[in-house]
Amino acid sequence: MIELTINNRKVSVPEGTTILDAAKKLGITIPTLCYFPNQKTKANCRVCVVEVDGYRTLQTACSTPVAPGMVVKTNSPKALEARKVNIELILANHDARCLECSRNLNCELQKVANQAGITDNPFESVLVMQDIDDSSPSIVRNPNKCIKCGRCIEVCRDVQGLNIIDDAGRSADMGVVPTFGKFLNDSNCVACGQCAVVCPVAAITEKDEIGVVWEALSDPSKRVVVQTAPAVRVALGEEFGMAPGTPVTGKMAASLRALGFDDIFDTNFTADLTIMEEGTEFLTRVKNALTGGKATLPMITSCSPGWINFVEINYPELLDHLSTCKSPHQMLGALIKTYYAKKINVKPEDMFVVSVMPCTAKKYEAKRPELSVDGIHPDVDAVLTTRELARMIKQAGIDFVNLPDEDFDNPLGLSTGAADIFGVTGGVMEAALRTVYEIVTGRELPFDGLHVKPIVGLEGIKEATIKIENPVADYAFLDGVEVKVAVASSTKNAKVLMDQIAAGTSPYHFIEIMGCLGGCITGGGQPRSADPDVRIKRLGGMYSVDEAKVLRKSHDNPYVKSIYEEYLGAPNGHLSHELLHTHYNKRGKA
Amino acid sequence: MQLLQIIEKHGRQPEDLISILLDYQACKTDNYISEDDVKMLARQLNLTESRIYSVLTFYTLLSTKPRGKYVVQVCNDVPCYVKGSVNVLKILEKTLGIQEGETTADGVFTLEFTSCLGCCDKAPAMRIGGQLYGNLDEGKIGEIIAKYRGQ
Repeated sequence: MIELTINNRKVSVPEGTTILDAAKKLGITIPTLCYFPNQKTKANCRVCVVEVDGYRTLQTACSTPVAPGMVVKTNSPKALEARKVNIELILANHDARCLECSRNLNCELQKVANQAGITDNPFESVLVMQDIDDSSPSIVRNPNKCIKCGRCIEVCRDVQGLNIIDDAGRSADMGVVPTFGKFLNDSNCVACGQCAVVCPVAAITEKDEIGVVWEALSDPSKRVVVQTAPAVRVALGEEFGMAPGTPVTGKMAASLRALGFDDIFDTNFTADLTIMEEGTEFLTRVKNALTGGKATLPMITSCSPGWINFVEINYPELLDHLSTCKSPHQMLGALIKTYYAKKINVKPEDMFVVSVMPCTAKKYEAKRPELSVDGIHPDVDAVLTTRELARMIKQAGIDFVNLPDEDFDNPLGLSTGAADIFGVTGGVMEAALRTVYEIVTGRELPFDGLHVKPIVGLEGIKEATIKIENPVADYAFLDGVEVKVAVASSTKNAKVLMDQIAAGTSPYHFIEIMGCLGGCITGGGQPRSADPDVRIKRLGGMYSVDEAKVLRKSHDNPYVKSIYEEYLGAPNGHLSHELLHTHYNKRGKA
Repeated sequence: MQLLQIIEKHGRQPEDLISILLDYQACKTDNYISEDDVKMLARQLNLTESRIYSVLTFYTLLSTKPRGKYVVQVCNDVPCYVKGSVNVLKILEKTLGIQEGETTADGVFTLEFTSCLGCCDKAPAMRIGGQLYGNLDEGKIGEIIAKYRGQ
């Protein structure tokens, strides 16, 4: 342990601790800007400078390790003045029209500027206004807001393994851009939005669709139907000061009704339906493979549109491995505009479907021309991120925290616990195994609490083997077969499993891939968080929602059963294929 | 093929990138690294296109836009600035008939700024190709440019 003094108080910390973390231990918060939990130290913003006895110059607290007997002053006049000047210099090259900014009151630069007591800026603005890149349906890049902290570069390069954006140019001309200054939509960006989650300012944001949703809500001729993805319910509360991982399903449903949506449905319903469709598709492929037919294995899940973009761009020759299932919200959109429209006798063109998603890539997905039941009207008309829904709730003046819980509407609002865990890495696989194992053997999945332990958790790549013994007569060909499954999250980890498939060495039968590390709980549309443990807290929230339900297996969902009886026929049947399945495009690299 | 030979000469480690870029650019008539070049380099060196673009745009020796046969680079770091690099640029603009960042119509000269050339003792300084020229004045600049025109 190393003992040092910070602001006249003694503190003892392990060797290698930074001044920033040592100060935190004393309850002293040193302002930071480029620093981000779980990222490398950058020390380029110079906002965290502190005075250290014996050092000629000020030191950055985020990058300076403590030393025995060190005497640090975080709030000396010299440190405070330098911090202020550094922030003023950043502001002189920043489009600081804060009142007209989506990050107003939710901006890290604004926060540190306010903390430093900046009331006017002695430095004249040197900002040269550049064009905003809104070419992508998912993400908007505003270089005039960028403070060049480099957090987005790191998450894109090191977490996602993509490196779509990087710094270019030098000195005052340095900027963060896609290669050759291209539009994002012309690059190999997969629209995962992880850059938007870590951006401290409004330089990278989701493309705002709040306006079109308000417009639809105020149009009396429109039946406006909303649906919410599994992961939204364990993160939305954070936007209203609640702890990460707190399930707010009831308040969310109530707030959507208060906003004026006509029907409040749950994407979870079609998560259960996905298990029926995808499970059947998997069993058909395995049967074909084991009985001498032609089948592409491993089969890979298709719920994550960032992952779909990634595979279409980087592995166009391996698209046959993807399940043909549409992602759950697209399935629900298709059912709302056919099955439900008929049920309530409303014309599909008078229906407006809004999906609330933890995801920015879903915005791109909803605009895919192939995701339309009639080739004219899209399955889903607008996609809001969790952050956008929170903004709408605030705009409407709804007291979210004190709202009494309400339920989803039926029939498309009921789901099992298997659907909830779609929101977390390993969840889709576990949900599929809960159903597939029972179909094949007639017995419940033999794991404690129905959890397939080896694939639960935040590791980037996980695997499990399930041995099939004593199957029912229809699946006798599976007797003794060891089914090998793998789960990967983040496009970087997906690449590892895809390269195995490309090389012909993949040992797996079934693979789940999510585009973002940890799954949808940390998707590109989720609340921004400085909590280093936000992933594990939201993961805990997801499993708690699952465990609190009586029905925890997709095939037990009574409305899923009745929609097959009433409307769809059988899983993978003709109508299912028409409404619930899709095809992929060999895009290749730009 | 030329690029492959250059790569073989330097190696395929990330730290070999700058040497490869410099050698490859030098053997191209238009003095720049194109988008297609970047794509090829990315595949050959297993680097991302963005990383290569980042390196390309950081060093003034390298360019992502076509340039003339001779690239005239005027140092605009502090010592040269104090010793009149602005005047050097003005004289060059007048002599060559182009502005900073432009290429002459005959494709012979490109005029641009560069950061420090490491010869502050000879400020104001410029570089043409790999050759440094210091203690510049109007007469000297005229002679140097005339010499390159003659070549």
